[in-house]
Amino acid sequence: MTVMEQRGAYRPTPPPAWQPRTDPAPLLPDALPYRVLGTDAAADVDPALLRRLYAELVRGRRYNTQATALTKQGRLAVYPSSTGQEACEVAAALVLEERDWLFPSYRDTLAAVARGLDPVQALTLLRGDWHTGYDPHEHRVAPLCTPLATQLPHAVGLAHAARLKGDDVVALALVGDGGTSEGDFHEALNFAAVWQAPVVFLVQNNGFAISVPLAKQTAAPSLAHKAVGYGMPGRLVDGNDAAAVHQVLTEAVAHARAGGGPTLVEAVTYRIDAHTNADDATRYRGEGEVETWRAHDPIALLEHELTERGLLDEDGIRAAQEAAEAMAADLRARMNQDPVLDPMDLFAHVYAEPTPQLREQQALLKAELAAEEEGAHR
Amino acid sequence: MTTVALKPATMAQALTRALRDAMTADPTVHVMGEDVGTLGGVFRVTDGLAKEFGEDRVTDTPLAEAGILGTAVGMAMYGLRPVVEMQFDAFAYPAFEQLISHVARMRNRTRGAMPLPITIRVPYGGGIGGVEHHSDSSEAYYMATPGLHVVTPATVADAYGLLRAAIASDDPVVFLEPKRLYWSKDTWNPEEPQGVEPIGRAVVRRTGRSATLITYGPSVPVCLEAAEAATAEGWDLEVVDLRSLVPFDDETVAASVRRTGRAVVVHESGSYGGPGGEIAARVTERCFHHLEAPVLRVAGFDIPYPPPMLERHHLPGVDRILDAVGRLQWEAEN
Ligand SMILES: Cc1ncc(C[n+]2csc(CCOP(=O)(O)OP(=O)(O)O)c2C)c(N)n1
Repeated sequence: MTVMEQRGAYRPTPPPAWQPRTDPAPLLPDALPYRVLGTDAAADVDPALLRRLYAELVRGRRYNTQATALTKQGRLAVYPSSTGQEACEVAAALVLEERDWLFPSYRDTLAAVARGLDPVQALTLLRGDWHTGYDPHEHRVAPLCTPLATQLPHAVGLAHAARLKGDDVVALALVGDGGTSEGDFHEALNFAAVWQAPVVFLVQNNGFAISVPLAKQTAAPSLAHKAVGYGMPGRLVDGNDAAAVHQVLTEAVAHARAGGGPTLVEAVTYRIDAHTNADDATRYRGEGEVETWRAHDPIALLEHELTERGLLDEDGIRAAQEAAEAMAADLRARMNQDPVLDPMDLFAHVYAEPTPQLREQQALLKAELAAEEEGAHR
Repeated sequence: MTTVALKPATMAQALTRALRDAMTADPTVHVMGEDVGTLGGVFRVTDGLAKEFGEDRVTDTPLAEAGILGTAVGMAMYGLRPVVEMQFDAFAYPAFEQLISHVARMRNRTRGAMPLPITIRVPYGGGIGGVEHHSDSSEAYYMATPGLHVVTPATVADAYGLLRAAIASDDPVVFLEPKRLYWSKDTWNPEEPQGVEPIGRAVVRRTGRSATLITYGPSVPVCLEAAEAATAEGWDLEVVDLRSLVPFDDETVAASVRRTGRAVVVHESGSYGGPGGEIAARVTERCFHHLEAPVLRVAGFDIPYPPPMLERHHLPGVDRILDAVGRLQWEAEN
């Protein structure tokens, strides 16, 4: 009898630890993205929360347009706008307790600001005066992360460390659809599930990785399906429905906090603007597609819900816009001031103590600066 | 007066002891990697630690180097001091993204707000008959990355002292363990193990007057042997053990070369783009007027690390070092 013929008949006894962890069925995401706005579920949402989400969405949209305008004025080197994705950004920031940690990608300035970060400091990386403009410990926001998906294992490690210390802390990590193809995404999810770390992964599936559409990124039925293989639940949510994203993330965070381990949430959304101000999106997508998504705008969806139910009127809308305008004016004014930079900082933060080699180089730059200064005074 | 017994110990034992002492002294020290728990590591350096400190502090991780180092970053962000084991030199490469893009520069990008006290233990180098991917000398990659300290012991005592210093450092340290010296023995007092001077100090292992051999890690014993052999030909060689590649101890090295007037850099990794080129340039810049001959390099060939049956032709040995020393009679020939 050949080995192939033996199949099914012979099954060796697996080693004792070899047991499937879970029945995959409850881990599987629903076929369609979960929605709240425009459904019966909306009635159960606290009106105060809906109003808060609305105000933050309007402010976030204004932040995106203002930051984009600042690139045109040369005040920002580059800006990856999250217009269209504000519901994800805002919900990610609002579901966390103060002690929790947020791990943003390079596109998630808005989530950091919604979490309380100074809007100017959040732009330091993109302005180019330093890499991270804030102390990550202050609001528990990790540095905006440019290499894709590399922040995910950090979130897992931090959540794991917090649990080892007995702290009731959850980490929420953001990643794009393209980032899910990176090896670090896989390693982070695997570690998180094996360690049952209190971490939530939020994939903002905005359709594109720069120009590459999702279909060329993955053959999986959805990105949320990827969770099952790791042994964690996958959840699919309408990323333009702020109430739905908030609800799904709240459940995932509570699940993690209660010791239930990680969750992978895929929010289906759309990047209305180009990849960054430097990108030409007309090369890879048609205006018709963009228009379809504009009709499903996160602000419009929420505004409709609130006005329908008499929770928001013209005055309320105007108040939200005025608050956003005030934020934009302040951002503009402060970003129009030239940052004061100290070239000696180049050497200050490489090591706890500069090496002898760095000290020599520092002396060289100091001498160059002194000579420059002297030349200027001559 | 009590006399302390100096018993022979292996470098691996000294490393284990350093880990145990560091974990005892500081509850934030965590050991993690592939097979470091129950097995005690493939080189047994973490032997017994899981039993003593528990799985939460000595963790068998999933098999994923980027994940190991990446999660260590998050753990360090939350106040732990992870000591990460990379099983073999060439298997650390999947973790390079985390190492270079995050570990090395988190302090810098956060203006000092978020230093990462991570020690990355990498068994490196050849001479143990390892098959492909088990014998690389990867130090040049680490040296080329600002933000990392890079150290490598050559003696049992240094293995202990340097590892304690690495774990205590608030900066990330790549701790290169010369795997062919794991079983080398030295008389060492395990009752009162000593620390080392701060990271960044080289040490003169043998004093001499006619030339300096500048070396580190697995090549230190080879150079000491070469120095002994060279006495027969009238050479009195000084041997400097760098111990730390970053920071580099220019002072000790330059002082030695100024005394002797001649220098050979010896290491296993290839010479093109290797550490020797950097070291030779630094020595030349500082000692030009004292030099009687160009600074020479004796290094591995510029080839992928050879199969075990050929590695003895690749590794710099006593003869090749002595040949180079012979060539230091520069003015006589030119
Ligand atoms: C490791 C890595 N490779 C490539 C890039 C260049 N890059 C920046 S953004 C991007 C696309 C990312 O797409 P996605 O993850 O979907 O996030 P999105 O931009 O849509 O928010 C690429 C390829 C990078 N930042 N990091």
